[in-house]
Amino acid sequence: MLYAILCYNSEDVVGSWTKQEDDEVMARLGAVQEKIAEAGKLGPVVRLLPTTAATTLRKGRDGPLVIDGPFAETKEQFLGFYVVDCETLDEVLDIAKELQAANRGPGAYEIRPVSIFRPGALTE
Amino acid sequence: MTADPSWIDDALTAARPQVVGALLRYFRDLDAAEEAFQEACLRALKNWPVNGPPRDPAAWLIFVGRNTGIDAVRRRAKQAPMPPEETVSDLEDVETPMVERLDGADYRDDILRLMFICCHPDLPATQQVALALRIVSGLSVRQIARAFLVSEAAMEQRITRAKARIARADVPYEAPGAVERSERLAAVAAMIYLIFNEGYSAGVEEADRRAPLCDEAIRLARLLLRLFPTEPEIMGLTALLLLQHSRTAARFDADGSIILLEDQDRSLWNRAMIAEGLALIDKAMRHRQPGPYLIQAAIAALHARAAKPEDTDWAEIELLYAMLERQEPSPVVTLNRAVAVAKVRGPEAALAMVEPLEDRLSGYFYFFGLKGYLLMQLGRTADARCAFDHAIALANTPAEAAHIRMHLDRLIKESAEAARA
Repeated sequence: MLYAILCYNSEDVVGSWTKQEDDEVMARLGAVQEKIAEAGKLGPVVRLLPTTAATTLRKGRDGPLVIDGPFAETKEQFLGFYVVDCETLDEVLDIAKELQAANRGPGAYEIRPVSIFRPGALTE
Repeated sequence: MTADPSWIDDALTAARPQVVGALLRYFRDLDAAEEAFQEACLRALKNWPVNGPPRDPAAWLIFVGRNTGIDAVRRRAKQAPMPPEETVSDLEDVETPMVERLDGADYRDDILRLMFICCHPDLPATQQVALALRIVSGLSVRQIARAFLVSEAAMEQRITRAKARIARADVPYEAPGAVERSERLAAVAAMIYLIFNEGYSAGVEEADRRAPLCDEAIRLARLLLRLFPTEPEIMGLTALLLLQHSRTAARFDADGSIILLEDQDRSLWNRAMIAEGLALIDKAMRHRQPGPYLIQAAIAALHARAAKPEDTDWAEIELLYAMLERQEPSPVVTLNRAVAVAKVRGPEAALAMVEPLEDRLSGYFYFFGLKGYLLMQLGRTADARCAFDHAIALANTPAEAAHIRMHLDRLIKESAEAARA
């Protein structure tokens, strides 16, 4: 069974770390990741840019609605995610709109630029 | 988590603007708000390690701070004694409705007000910056004094004076209207940029001590953007600061001389900051009406995108400066456009743009630096030397002077060689 581990923390707090503090945390996390990777159990690892860089696509009455900022509602749940490689935000939005059109129900897609991406390698 | 007490410090620092902003709204007095915040922090230091972090640290601090502040007022009035500690620190039952009552709009206006009172027009720029760092960021007087290279006593006095002015001034406590809110936002954005520039314009010997100012400005810009996520100019401001700061490690050589953008080792640029800056610009440009911060950020982005200096899209940079010139005409912007023009159309065209600015920029280091550089490229050695002499006399930092002296030395050497030949 594949599992996703989602990371939550206060952006204010993480954002106020100095570069040195941030590097230290990343080094400690890196050591843990290495161990899991050696066991062939590590898939992609992603660190996202702050929510200030987020854009959200909602279904509006007259078609898709692009909203600046993160997805703020609490009545929907986090169900899945994609990682796409695009030149511009407009290109990502086009993909998200296509996904939305293919999907059913209202829902939303939050678009977050990725700051660190490690593809990982799962065995079996 | 509880093994590491630094999470408490982190949480207190992160909550500060929101909590002090809310307490200011309750008490309508900056000193009372700050005192109440200090008291709430002391209680958090006692309470949190035992009971664990509250669900919403800011709401906890506001609640406790407000109660302790009220206690302080009562004590001064020689009224009822302080309630027992347990009743204020046990928040299990009161926290939830409290959080519900403080909705997002209140938070937003509280923080904006707190930042806004620091940019009161009566306050000179240096006082605005010092006050914001003290009140909003919570840096100690000692830290601020160190960053400004003045004594602690002098900084204490500067902040006290600024606070006294604020106390006399009319601070609007009611929720602002839309127009007022956007005016406040513009004033606060300018103040954040001022903080950043205090840190960024330093020479290398001060750069280490001043770097926290840049970090703090970025933190405040991100905070403002979280409060106003749809404002393209705040996206632009945040991007501008990130993109400029991304070059910090590449800006000075081992001797502390400034390294020009085109000579910098681009592998030292901070990629994470650049990625965030570019993402914000991409997002902001969708609004199609770029303002001054966004245009400047877009210019910085064109430098950041160029892997090598010769890849820089100078034609696009010239267009952006022309756009900026239309929005905010200033000789300094024209001077910057001239740099791009020199790259696109050569030194002669640039010099023609620069020369008419001399009256207005006769006290400006960069004017004579650029003029000298253009004259040097055109082979007008004597005129170039004259301009460089002016520039050295106007240099703000030893690093700036050293950079110009390097050009001068080269000219002197070249003319000596020419004389020998």
